[in-house]
Amino acid sequence: MQGFLASWRLYGRTDRMLRNIFGILAVLLPLLLWSAVSYLPFVWHPQVLITDPGGEEYLETGMRMNRADFARAVTEMQEQHQPVPQGIPSNPVYLPSPGDVLSAFVHAFTSSAPVGAEHSITQAFAHSIRIIFWGFVISSVMGVPLGIMCGSIPAVARLVEPSVDFFRYLPAPAFGALAVAILGIYDAPKIAIIVIGTLFQQILVIANTTRKLDFSLVEASRTLGAKGLRLLFRVVIPGILPDLYRDQRILLGWAWTYLIVAELIGTSSGITWFITQQARYQHFDNVFAAMALIGIVGLGTDMVLGVVGRKLFTWKRENG
Amino acid sequence: MVDHVEHTLPDYRILPPDVAARMEQIKKRDYVLEIERVTKVFTQKRNRTVALDSIEFGVHRRELVCVVGPSGCGKSTLIRILAGLEDATEGRILMDGKPVRGPGSDRGMVFQKYTLFPWLDVCRNVMFGIEMGGVDRLEAQRQAMQWLQMIGLEQFATAYPHQLSGGMQQRVAIARALAASPRVLLMDESFSALDAQTRTKMQNYLMEIWRKIDITIVFITHDLDEAIYLADRILVLKPHPGQVEEVIEVPLSRPRRAEQMTSAEFLATKAHLEGLIRSFGTSDDMEEEEVTIDLPLLTLVTDQVE
Repeated sequence: MQGFLASWRLYGRTDRMLRNIFGILAVLLPLLLWSAVSYLPFVWHPQVLITDPGGEEYLETGMRMNRADFARAVTEMQEQHQPVPQGIPSNPVYLPSPGDVLSAFVHAFTSSAPVGAEHSITQAFAHSIRIIFWGFVISSVMGVPLGIMCGSIPAVARLVEPSVDFFRYLPAPAFGALAVAILGIYDAPKIAIIVIGTLFQQILVIANTTRKLDFSLVEASRTLGAKGLRLLFRVVIPGILPDLYRDQRILLGWAWTYLIVAELIGTSSGITWFITQQARYQHFDNVFAAMALIGIVGLGTDMVLGVVGRKLFTWKRENG
Repeated sequence: MVDHVEHTLPDYRILPPDVAARMEQIKKRDYVLEIERVTKVFTQKRNRTVALDSIEFGVHRRELVCVVGPSGCGKSTLIRILAGLEDATEGRILMDGKPVRGPGSDRGMVFQKYTLFPWLDVCRNVMFGIEMGGVDRLEAQRQAMQWLQMIGLEQFATAYPHQLSGGMQQRVAIARALAASPRVLLMDESFSALDAQTRTKMQNYLMEIWRKIDITIVFITHDLDEAIYLADRILVLKPHPGQVEEVIEVPLSRPRRAEQMTSAEFLATKAHLEGLIRSFGTSDDMEEEEVTIDLPLLTLVTDQVE
């Protein structure tokens, strides 16, 4: 109990068990809230799902209407002595219950049949991941070396950084039409959008990281006879590697945010397209399942990368 | 107060016969490092600060020179110029008669900050300078292990710097600098981050290494005891602008021992140095002037401490 209170204080202490408990609660509490809203009719349920239209002409089974309107319809039918419409309290269509989403999620992995007119979630998602992967790889191949050079060679920084700063402020979607005109309508312009969205930030972020290398290490290596490429490869790059790795993790998340734009240009495709299509059909359970998939994969990748990073850079742990 | 001390102490300029003979011998040797009219001016917008003004000094082969001075006298700037990490505004540095351009492995340096490469283990750190000299990896490793044996840290060969204490890190830093086989070892307040006991140990340890290895040492410090204990000659700089105030030949015989720190010669030298530093008037780290704080008594009279 004391430990529990201490963990709420500013810079307080926590032990391992409490941290785990909080970690589990972090997932459980939102789920519980969602379940409560979905399954306990008295919590919200502002609408009524019609199960039997009764005598009212404009009602149909499966329709949703506001509770007040439904009550009016019921009294109207009672006054006219016609069959009374029946219905159950329900949430708006855009808030499916956890159970529905879970079953849509499971369905996506178990059945190979397409959901709706388009591909299945998994197919769409695999396509998205391919776009992200190539976009990020191409961006990194250019951005990482350029960023390191900007951070370590003043001339390169002066030459490159002003124009990078200029392009950084142009929103990536602005390049959409141009990318399609140049690269066609399939995957190439989508990858290009990811690259444009990531590259310019990447150069600046990595240049900054390179500049933050403890300069006394560079000076020490110089007095030991290191210079030129050997200074770069033996001191600068190993010295910034843990921070570079962390930057790449953050930038990968950045690349994901451009996916939405990328997939809506040319021939729409991928998980974003899937989500918009399913939303149009009001299959919100599929929409939520797809969103959950993105979140889970994103979080999972980041956690794996974090663990790998800690394993790779044990020397960094002591100095924060 | 200074005068009073000097009455009871011998003149610091009178060298005992053995020290005088040794001084003669050192002065016969060539200069390894020559500082020729070195001036350093820092310009910031319209502010022009003269950090060093026409410094002229020569370090003989196998000599141990300490540089002292109040803060702001440019001693750190001087050693950075010697190392080639900064350029002199005017004048030049000669290394074995040849002017130096930029940093090089002939002038090893040990910094005040811990500068071991944190991503390399101790052995790899020591290997760094050897490998930069073009020696292949296996041979470099063999030499590095010899150095580690010499500093008594061979059992830490695979440890990472953050696992070592400050004193051990500086020992490895010294070994790393020496392993690159420099002619001169430059030390920029290398021991000032260490606690007093470790510092004394490191001083003895440095002199032990210096005795055995063909190396010339230039040691910057603000600790006067350290300077007198280590040095053959002490270069005293005065601030604003940094100029040579005096070159003191330390009247202590070698090998040095901790007991010498209470000898009359030691105290005389220290009294003189303290007088010099105080006369500069700007020192902020070794002032023992009366400090009066305008503070009412905030405790019970019966609880007074003195």
